[in-house]
Amino acid sequence: MAYLFNTPDDVRSMLEVIGAESIDELFEQVPDHLQVDGLLDLPAGLSEPELEAHLRELAAANHGSSSRVCLMGGGVYDHFIPAAVDEVASRGEFYTAYTPYQAEASQGSLQTFFEFQTLVCQLTGMDVSNASLYEGGTAVSEAVFMAMRVTKRHNRVVVLGSLHPEFQQILETYLGHLSCQLDVIATPDGAADVDIVADSLDEETACLVIQHPNVFGALEELEPLCRAAHEVGALAVVSFDPLSLGLLKTPAACGADIAVAEGQSLGIPAQYGGPFLGILACRHDHVRQMPGRLIGQTVDRHGQRCFVLNLQAREQHIRREKATSNICTNQGLLAVRATVYLSLLGRQGLVDVAELCCRKAHYAAERLGELPGFELMFSRPFFKEFTLRHQGDATDVINRAAAAGFDLGPALGRFPRLRESLGEAADQTLLVAVTEQRTRDEIDRLVESLAATPTDSATPETLTKPA
Amino acid sequence: MRNTLATELLFDLSQPGRRAARFPHSDVPEQPLDEMIPASFRRDNQDGRLPELTEPDVIRHFLNLSTLNMSVDTHFYPLGSCTMKYNPKRHERLSRLPGMVDLHPYQRICDQQGMLRLLHDMQEMLAEIAGLPAVSLQPAAGAQGELSALLVASAWFRSRGETRTRVIFPSSAHGTNPASAAIAGFECVQLENTAGGLVDLAELEARLDEQTAVFMITNPNTLGLFETQIESIAAKVHDVGGLVYIDGANMNAIMGITRPGDFGGDMMHFNVHKTFTGPHGAGGPGAGPIAVRSELAEFLPGPVVTRTTDDDGQPHFDLETPIRSIGRVRSHFGNVGILLRGYCYLRTLGREGVRDAARHAVLNANYLQALLADLLPAPFGEYCMHEFVASASNLKDQRGISAMDIAKRLLDFGFHAPTIYFPLVVLEAMMIEPTETESKATLDAFAAALHEIAEEDVDFLRQAPHETPVSRPNDVQAARQPILSWSPDDDADRNA
Repeated sequence: MAYLFNTPDDVRSMLEVIGAESIDELFEQVPDHLQVDGLLDLPAGLSEPELEAHLRELAAANHGSSSRVCLMGGGVYDHFIPAAVDEVASRGEFYTAYTPYQAEASQGSLQTFFEFQTLVCQLTGMDVSNASLYEGGTAVSEAVFMAMRVTKRHNRVVVLGSLHPEFQQILETYLGHLSCQLDVIATPDGAADVDIVADSLDEETACLVIQHPNVFGALEELEPLCRAAHEVGALAVVSFDPLSLGLLKTPAACGADIAVAEGQSLGIPAQYGGPFLGILACRHDHVRQMPGRLIGQTVDRHGQRCFVLNLQAREQHIRREKATSNICTNQGLLAVRATVYLSLLGRQGLVDVAELCCRKAHYAAERLGELPGFELMFSRPFFKEFTLRHQGDATDVINRAAAAGFDLGPALGRFPRLRESLGEAADQTLLVAVTEQRTRDEIDRLVESLAATPTDSATPETLTKPA
Repeated sequence: MRNTLATELLFDLSQPGRRAARFPHSDVPEQPLDEMIPASFRRDNQDGRLPELTEPDVIRHFLNLSTLNMSVDTHFYPLGSCTMKYNPKRHERLSRLPGMVDLHPYQRICDQQGMLRLLHDMQEMLAEIAGLPAVSLQPAAGAQGELSALLVASAWFRSRGETRTRVIFPSSAHGTNPASAAIAGFECVQLENTAGGLVDLAELEARLDEQTAVFMITNPNTLGLFETQIESIAAKVHDVGGLVYIDGANMNAIMGITRPGDFGGDMMHFNVHKTFTGPHGAGGPGAGPIAVRSELAEFLPGPVVTRTTDDDGQPHFDLETPIRSIGRVRSHFGNVGILLRGYCYLRTLGREGVRDAARHAVLNANYLQALLADLLPAPFGEYCMHEFVASASNLKDQRGISAMDIAKRLLDFGFHAPTIYFPLVVLEAMMIEPTETESKATLDAFAAALHEIAEEDVDFLRQAPHETPVSRPNDVQAARQPILSWSPDDDADRNA
């Protein structure tokens, strides 16, 4: 049997020590009539070669960025992952360890997470980062709960309509059973109107949630928006793109109180949407209201510097129903990946990758926007992703591009929550994201393929339903 | 043999001008940055403070750091309630296959049929193991599974015009149970008594009423005992109209042996990183899919994978949000990389292997419990399931040796420590879960080490561990003056 050690002789001698007749006897606590009669209805076991053949067959029925050129966005991007990231994350000493409860047996993980926390602070300008949350969407919800605790305002949260609609859906789920009102401010121009937002905030508002760059790829007027939140005593929760910070002002410099992010772009593959990396950072004052694990530096009994799980009194295993979050298992290995990635990038690498994304995205936007039947949906400044509008159905554009070997999207029509901001253009719009990996040649070929009159080359295929 | 230079903090290793990642020059027409992004949005690049390192710096740093960890690959890791079993290497290779690792979640449905088939079949296998027909793979970890299921329960009660306010759980419950209940908006009621380590039926009955929404129970419980009266417990909860939630953290003891749906559970979560060998990733990622009874299915968090058959008889897989779904609990589709590994594991074990894994997990735990019965007796039960909670209170009374001392000293012997001081109902608790992927020889050596430790000098034990890179960190100082990130000033202080 797979991965088992005990030979029949072992079993006999172990049972003897236990004083039991059989393994069955050990299960006497489970009433007989509750025990499965025979075997469950599961497939028979596979050998490793059979399993590999099976997985290869399943993989061959998928088409990812290894079979087409990826210009997809919507929060998941095709950035280059240096080999050294995989090498470190493949170390069994990291990926087969668990939460570092025993500090003496876990200094490798603990120091790495301490470095992760520091790198996030350096990236964002914030004072404190935790050691990870599940992903970018739940990070927004955790930040909102944290803002409610800090401000002691539990009745109202304001969110821009340009927040990723799935992040908004999670927040709706998390707040759905509470008395807290969730107000969403539509962003018909691709970004929020600061005056409208300011007018909508009041002394009951716990926080204003802003994504920057937003789901349309556009930059928000982050500084005045944060100021507007502060004027009513609310916190500014900012969801950022980590790599954008090679070019853009940090969340801290713009006035964010809590900065959250999806960390997928930091050396984590798309893998159908997870596991990813939730990032949450804040100011010193609010550290005891933070969710999730925090690693702290201290000294051991010899006075040596070392690292431990810190401020655990916030957490569920100590505080139970009064904990700042229910999170236990987090995304440790993804934090390891991000730490290695940022170490490799360094100060200049971060700037380079951000500029490359920005330049290539602007080239692609210019070329695509000039095509007959196409235009850029918004005129706002953007970083690496933009909203393209087609005079026909956006899904046709995606199908035509796929037939030519390019993946674009998602089509924004799949997100009902964006309809108020997009109006009648909802079904005509799609996202295009351009990372540092794309070449001018690829962009030019995409433009040529879309310029050609739509013909039979288009696969009549439906897109995913709104999910 | 330790390379302490390489394990200085990244920030201390940094040297201005060093670089690792280099990118090709831009091949698109040059455009001034100001024309793309106005200066008012841009950062002052002098404030970018990331460290500057070469690739060899980075590799030597992290590989040396990795050697400061204990892990399943390198050590026996009997951390109770965590199921630290072997993580098969084939899973790592297969999760990186092109078509899997590079699949974007917004690919067209026709481009994801292989992935959807895998996830669909994973749903089916989990439903079979649970004995509960409807599965959502969305939750990112066990705690999020609990929260999701409690929100499902809440929505189900509302749909019936009921508002129920309370969630009940035993005092031995994982901390996530009350924490999740609180976030889901419920009032928490904890049962304080134990009847031989099990739920006290009389106390439960006294706490049940028409305000009871959910009774959460881990079965086998955190003492490693099967709740023998689980059917009566479930019946009593159902009698007042409540639902029974099974925390599946300990499914490794019973998979293929008995099913939560058959013993009265209405909802449950799996910990794929535990039971189905995720792996644990230094603290995550996990995956916490939930399974529920059919009448709760339409409230599950979405999307879920559906299977239909085309006109030409070919299966077609799609994503669907259940009709009265509580909504999304995370973006995209769950921690797929972990679900994929769990799928590989279940396909490798198959119907017989699943049962055998549980049988040998229970055999190993009972064997180790028997080897330690004289030294660290487990206060409840004759046989245990996949783990047992031993008590060091005799040693504490007789020699002044605590569970903490023993745990720390075990590290010197090359064994990871058990979970200690949990659950609270056992004094000087040591929760030991050997798993099925350990040999008799390892268990013998572990027991021998414990017997040896029990004879050691008390002062020596209180200073243990002695052979680890660090020993007994000062937690009090860490909490009193939290240092949660490196800053340049720290170095100035250290050099002063």
